Amino acid sequence: MEKLKTPDDLEELRKGILAKKDPRRLAITMCVSTGCEALGVKEVIKAFKEEFQKRGLEGKVEIKETGCIGFCEKGPRVVVYPEEIYYFKVKATDVPEIVSKTLLGKEVVERLLYTDVATGEKERRLSEIPFYKYQKRILLDDNAKVDPKSIEDYLALGGYSALAKVLSQMTPEQVLEEVRKANLRGRGGGGFPTFRKWESTRKASGEPKYVIVNCDEGDPGAFMNRALMEGNPHSILEGLIIGAFAIGSNEGFIYVRQEYPLAVENMQLAINQAEEYGLLGNNILGSGFDFKVKIHKGAGAFVSGESSALMTAIEGKVGEPRPKYVHTSEKGVWDKPTALNNVETWATVPLIINKGAEWFRSIGTEGSKGTKIFALAGKVNNTGLVEVPMGMTLRDIIVKIGGGIQNGKKFKAVQTGGPSGGVIPEQYLDSPVDFDELVKLGSIMGSGGMIVMDEDTCMVDVARYFVNFLCDESCGKCVPCREGLKQARKILDNIVSGNGKEGDIEKLTEIAEATSAASLCALGQTSANPMLTTIRYFKDEYEAHIKEKRCPALVCKKLTSYYVNPAKCAACTLCYRNCPVDAIEGERGKIHVIDQAKCVKCGTCFEVCPPAFRAVQKLSGEPVPPPIPEEQRWIKKGQKGAAN
Amino acid sequence: MLSIEGTDGNMSSMDRVDKIIDKYECETGVLIQLLLEIQKTLNWIPPEAIIRISKRLKIPVSEIYRVASFYTALSLKPRGRHVVRVCAGTACYVRGGPRILDSVERALCIRAGETTSDDKFTLETVNCLGCCALGPVVEIDGQYHGKQTSSNVVKLLASYP
Repeated sequence: MEKLKTPDDLEELRKGILAKKDPRRLAITMCVSTGCEALGVKEVIKAFKEEFQKRGLEGKVEIKETGCIGFCEKGPRVVVYPEEIYYFKVKATDVPEIVSKTLLGKEVVERLLYTDVATGEKERRLSEIPFYKYQKRILLDDNAKVDPKSIEDYLALGGYSALAKVLSQMTPEQVLEEVRKANLRGRGGGGFPTFRKWESTRKASGEPKYVIVNCDEGDPGAFMNRALMEGNPHSILEGLIIGAFAIGSNEGFIYVRQEYPLAVENMQLAINQAEEYGLLGNNILGSGFDFKVKIHKGAGAFVSGESSALMTAIEGKVGEPRPKYVHTSEKGVWDKPTALNNVETWATVPLIINKGAEWFRSIGTEGSKGTKIFALAGKVNNTGLVEVPMGMTLRDIIVKIGGGIQNGKKFKAVQTGGPSGGVIPEQYLDSPVDFDELVKLGSIMGSGGMIVMDEDTCMVDVARYFVNFLCDESCGKCVPCREGLKQARKILDNIVSGNGKEGDIEKLTEIAEATSAASLCALGQTSANPMLTTIRYFKDEYEAHIKEKRCPALVCKKLTSYYVNPAKCAACTLCYRNCPVDAIEGERGKIHVIDQAKCVKCGTCFEVCPPAFRAVQKLSGEPVPPPIPEEQRWIKKGQKGAAN
Repeated sequence: MLSIEGTDGNMSSMDRVDKIIDKYECETGVLIQLLLEIQKTLNWIPPEAIIRISKRLKIPVSEIYRVASFYTALSLKPRGRHVVRVCAGTACYVRGGPRILDSVERALCIRAGETTSDDKFTLETVNCLGCCALGPVVEIDGQYHGKQTSSNVVKLLASYP
């Protein structure tokens, strides 16, 4: 491949690629990102290849492996072109039918279509499925269309045209102005205006200047950065090069956590391709602008996602934050001016350049423009990635897009912003989601994690989970965070194990507030959110744990017991056979009894007890009834429950 | 304890460490990338490797040890043939992740962070594997297994040789 020397070369190449594309060509596309891979998409691909070979269709049907389109719950998905029919939950055994009926016979396989839970209707197209209907996918849409390992696919969709425009028609100042007008704010959580960060890096003294992509997505429960980097790495790279041009930087880093091996692989490949095509390196498209970029793998530390900590990690040191009296835009990596932005922020930049700041400003709310990708997870029906315009209400996201709560349970709270965020209860579900509104409710938008919790989630346990996480991840550099979180964890451990005391809630509040006020970096400063919001909105749950030694959600192990209700038990031996510690007595036809002294409360019996019986129950705050006498345990065939 | 002078191929473990150092020798700020690669190759960071890096790159042993003990992806203890990672992310947590961890701990008779006495399994927890839609998730040797239950995770472990 000869390097592209001018923007015209790029357009010529694009024309050539498009001319080769036949819109009527038979093709199937499949998501091969981590989620679908876990669901066995590799076997499905193998089955397609075998089937094509068997029927002599090799080379006649294109198989394209793409990135994540967000609906992970229903994976693996297959799209059949040119009709663009979406099939979900496809197994290898479905493949012969798809080939013979849809590819060759032009007939739809009804049972593989998406079925609307509410109406029972089958949907063929993505835009008709409620999960997608209410989204605005300006970033994620391309994930379904490009093979992340092919630069040509990205070019076919107009890729690198924003870069060509910037390099041939715009000055760095004009690029900055466009980003300012668009009012783009950092997608990593803080919501800091991107333009201000770029401008101060540009104006700062000191050479060289650096630009960084932050893909250290450590927030447990968030995976939008992973999906973008795995699915469309060139879009991030293009944004980064444009930013570097605006800032006056010739060197960049892409920081990816090593837990995302596929993201690292696809990004490295994208860098190599861009270099080969002359879109990275010296004299890009003949503009005289040079830029090179390197991947740095994160070694697993949540705090290293903090900007100053990430920069010390790039230097090869322990990734600990430093005070930011001097901004990283002035003294960042190796004390040089550095602009760091999140994956999503960088990927948005080419869109703003291509479509204009006005277009971008037309989406979103007064203070927060554009769209935001959320990782909708937890106890919601449709789990996956959703991209919505800023300002959509939490209720719309959870109910319209997410399809409501699983198994008809009751909604309790939604947690946003990861460990630095808070929980938001039912009464605030109609609040619009943007940077500023969520802060008012005591939470933050964060990088976009959104975990839905139902009535079976214990809020004290959730607070303990986050505090425990933060405690483990605290780097220990400053005392309030290191010691404060440890004490908070101790109190929460006591409460969930039934040793809570009067005054614990007040003490917890005091510690949370002090830690938040006196910590050095955002990890400590925001650590109060999970504690204070659960106390603010769910104080009754704390009180039940402390005063009645009861866990209302039946979650906290020490406060919960498992019990086989003799009136419901059908003596089917399922729980008896599956108990890992042989704590269940019984045999076929003889009602089962749990030996409370032996029970480790693993919940296996509760899991395996058939829904038709629901004999295994959880109890909290009340004594377990004594086992029924031996002679009453026998039941007649076909009968359910004890005779009396 | 694993032998440092390993037997894989014809190259000893220390030769392999040297080869990795060769790759990074001329660059600055490479310590973490270097350690990650040693971790990947040897499955842990042996003390001898730390001493070798220190001598060749003129970095104090204390500093290398500090980095190696700070990051969770780096292990200062030898790891088992199979690495089992139970996701402890929020989405998995609310879907019963802790019960999965309990079951694995009980089945392997070790705690998270430990290795079985026959060096077969090392058990770890991980903050998030990023496939929250499939929770609770367990990863074994890089293979993801979604939607686990207490009982089927035990069967899954038993299927490993």
